[in-house]
Amino acid sequence: MELGTTYLVLAGIFGLFMAWGIGANDVANAMATSVGARVLTIRRAVVIAAVFEFAGAVLAGGEVTATIRSGIVDSSLLADQPELLVFGMLASLLAAGTWLLIASLMGWPVSTTHSIVGAIVGFAVVGLGWHTVKWDEVGTIAVSWVASPLISGVVAYLMFRTVQSLILDRPDPFKNAKRFVPIYIFITGFVMSLMTLLKGLKHVGLDISTVQAYGLSALIGVVLMLIGKFFINRVPYDPDADREFHYASVERVFGVLMLMTACSMAFAHGSNDVANAVGPMAAVISVVHSGGDVSQQSELPSWILLLGGVGIVVGLLMLGKKVIATVGKEITQLTPSRGFACELSAASTVVFASGMGLPISTTHSLVGAVLGVGLARGIAALNLGVIRTIFMSWIVTLPAGGLLAVVFFWLLRLILG
Amino acid sequence: MKSYFSTIFGSSPIRPLQQHMEKVLECTQELAPLFAAVSDADFAAVAQAQERVARLEDEADALKKELRLRLPNSLFMPVDRRDLLELLRVQDKVANKAKDIAGLILGRQMQIPESMREDFRVFLQRCIDTVAQALQAVREMDELVETGFRGTEVDNVLNMIQQIDVIEKETDTMQVQLRRKLHALEPTLPPVDVMFLYKIIEWTGDLADLAQRVGSRLHLMLAK
Repeated sequence: MELGTTYLVLAGIFGLFMAWGIGANDVANAMATSVGARVLTIRRAVVIAAVFEFAGAVLAGGEVTATIRSGIVDSSLLADQPELLVFGMLASLLAAGTWLLIASLMGWPVSTTHSIVGAIVGFAVVGLGWHTVKWDEVGTIAVSWVASPLISGVVAYLMFRTVQSLILDRPDPFKNAKRFVPIYIFITGFVMSLMTLLKGLKHVGLDISTVQAYGLSALIGVVLMLIGKFFINRVPYDPDADREFHYASVERVFGVLMLMTACSMAFAHGSNDVANAVGPMAAVISVVHSGGDVSQQSELPSWILLLGGVGIVVGLLMLGKKVIATVGKEITQLTPSRGFACELSAASTVVFASGMGLPISTTHSLVGAVLGVGLARGIAALNLGVIRTIFMSWIVTLPAGGLLAVVFFWLLRLILG
Repeated sequence: MKSYFSTIFGSSPIRPLQQHMEKVLECTQELAPLFAAVSDADFAAVAQAQERVARLEDEADALKKELRLRLPNSLFMPVDRRDLLELLRVQDKVANKAKDIAGLILGRQMQIPESMREDFRVFLQRCIDTVAQALQAVREMDELVETGFRGTEVDNVLNMIQQIDVIEKETDTMQVQLRRKLHALEPTLPPVDVMFLYKIIEWTGDLADLAQRVGSRLHLMLAK
């Protein structure tokens, strides 16, 4: 390929831009829950987000990246025109990034995932032809978009109901919180590591058997539980705060738990959303490296995920901090006892989807979880209007990303082709 | 940049509802100095007290309107929207009643017969206590939301509501005794004054009745 280097540079720039945008904007929803619950200061939230987003992206981001890179467009049909795939992927990145920028500036609800998938499907349908899209795969992704908020909501509802019946609705909630919260910490550690170990770690070169995965996850869960227990035992009973609000001390115990779920949330987000930036990039790099051979499915170089992780962290440090603070201020109703339930169910849903290679929306999963807790009568006021914004994201962002991608595709073909 | 995630949280009606009830109690409590001034026949002081009652009632009204604006139909709450509005309406009626009482006393420059004063003071205080107890229960709304309107906290609130009923019953008995006393005094007093004294006793008792209705509204929310 004569312009190979140009393609690589462009892919790098666009991919980094997209990752930067994810870090600047998207991470906020995942982290702000903990800031809003006053479990984390902004500074700590940023540190946790940086570490765990990066870890999630690098350790568990491989499957979704593979889906975005080669799961949507059937590249084997483009063997004689490898440039088209390159243009398309570059256009998709540019389109999704632009759309995100416009929508964020206008305050519209958008999802990074929906933008990029819409963009890729859009350029493929118009630029390459209806038959080049793997519709069964796209169908699965679409189903996962409906399913993920629902599943996350149901899990959150059930989890919060157990919190109610084990702790909050008991005569001595403080004592019961100290007794049962470590168990939730164990579940958090166990579920998150199990899903990561079973599905995500293949490309890192770790080959673990199922039994080993279960054992290791249980071990991680126990270690986290012991650490958590240490901090929980240091939570003082504060009669002054409790006079004002009887559950103040109880919430502090849940705060320890929420620290753990905040890490999970950042990890989950990194594992799913990094693909939106590096998936297309990976496709371009693979074509260029193989000298125009689109059918070759070379192993995903891990430095690509690393690059995506770095992009996200840079975006987070530059702008994300401010967004986290803003969002955190607006969601103070999510106290630790609810926040953890939302984060844990959303994070497990997202990491599960990441393991399956399904690009889903972290924010939608979180919204589903919050609604689930609301159904358990756990939140004072929920604005159901937000459900409309989810539908909007489906019916507006997808075509918008697609249309923009087609425009950029034609432009790139005109300039470079 | 704006996140649509945060828009999922509507503004909670709980704190404004409690603030409204706090204002209502404050307004009702002003009746105590007002009647003290009546006993001293200090009508300048009565006028001042009436002004305070009226001002507090206005403030409660403003809070009520503000809260109503915060409750769009798309708001999903752990309690029924209608129940909440009904609770607010009953709370507000307490303040209205206090204002009516103050207005009537000032307007007619009313006097309470010497022999009834102490009994009336105790009766009024007990009626104010009922309102205070209702506020106690309303203050538990945060805790009810925290527990999802289930479990031990519900029993706590039910106890508080029962306490409202107990005090209200006391005020009923006191009211009967006061009326009996007034009946005995009827021949010695101007008939129109007597009529309005009955009215004042009735309205003061209404404070306790309405406070009890605040309790039963809350009770309805727990039942669901």
